Amino acid sequence: MNFAFLHKYASLMHAYRLSRTLTPWLAGLTLALFAWGLVSGLVFAPADYQQGESFRIMYVHVPSAWMSMFVYVTMAAAGGAALVWKLKLAEIVARACAPLGASFTFLALVTGSLWGKPMWGTWWVWDARLTSELILLFLYLGVMALHGAFDDRRAAARAGAVLSLIGVVNIPIIHFSVEWWSTLHQGATVTKFDKPSIHIDMLIPLLVMIAAFQCYFFWNLLVRVRAQILEYDRNAAWVRELDLPTRA
Amino acid sequence: MSGLDAFLHMGGYAVYVWTSYGLALVVLALNVLLPRRAERAALAALARRRELGTIDDAQA
Repeated sequence: MNFAFLHKYASLMHAYRLSRTLTPWLAGLTLALFAWGLVSGLVFAPADYQQGESFRIMYVHVPSAWMSMFVYVTMAAAGGAALVWKLKLAEIVARACAPLGASFTFLALVTGSLWGKPMWGTWWVWDARLTSELILLFLYLGVMALHGAFDDRRAAARAGAVLSLIGVVNIPIIHFSVEWWSTLHQGATVTKFDKPSIHIDMLIPLLVMIAAFQCYFFWNLLVRVRAQILEYDRNAAWVRELDLPTRA
Repeated sequence: MSGLDAFLHMGGYAVYVWTSYGLALVVLALNVLLPRRAERAALAALARRRELGTIDDAQA
C-alpha cells in the first residue's frame, strides 16, 4: 500500500495556513467557554452538601486531569503516526503536545493536592491514582527531555515517540486505579455507564469547563505547531515567500 | 458579610479554591505567551535571513 497521498494532505504549508485560519475562532470560542464555565461554576452552582464551597476546585481539577490523559493519547498517537508513516506534521504535533500535557498534569496534581488538604486532611498520599498521575508527569518530562536531546529533530521525534508509546500503558492504570486499589480518591463521577452521580446544576458547569479546556488545547496546539512548521520547513520555497507581518 | 465578601471567602476554603484557580490561570497564560513568542522569534529570524539575502538551500 502506498501512503504517499498522506504526505500531500499532511503538507506543512497547508497545516500552517489552516492554523492561521482556525486560531482566531478557537481563541474566541475558548474565551467564551471559560467565561460561561467560570461564572456558572464559581457563582451559580450550589455549594456541595458535604464539601461546601471547596468542591469548586473540581472545575479546574477534573478538566486538567481529563486533559492530562487526552493530550497523552494524542501525543502517543501522533508519535505512532510519525514512526510508521514518517509524517513531519505528526512529529510536530507530538512535540507540541508534550509541554502542554505536562502543564495539565501539573495542574491536576497541584489542584488535587489543594483539594485533598481540606477534604482528606493531607496534601498527598502514595495511593494508585495519585502515584500513576505523578508517573504521567514524569513520562511527559521524559518525552520533553528526549525531544531536546538530539540535534536532529527527526531522530528526537522518533525517540520521543517510542517512550510515549510505551507509556500508554499508564493511561488505563490511571483511569481504573480507583476501582482496582483502595484509595482516598473518589470514583468516577461523569464517565460511567449509568447516570452520572452529580447534580445537573453542578454537572453542566463541569462539562462547560471540560469543553473550555479542550478548546484551549486545540487552539494552543495549533499556535505551537506554527512555530515548529517554520523551523522544519525553513528552507522550503513557500516559507521563503511567506508574507511576513510588517513588524515581526 | 456582603455578597462579594462571601464569594471571596468561599465558605472558609478561600486559600485552597483561589490558589487552585490562580495557578491554573498562570499556567494556562504562560502556555499562551511562550509559544507566541516562539512564533514571533521564528518569523523575525526569517525576516532577518531575507534582509541579509542568506536564504538558500546551502544555508541549512
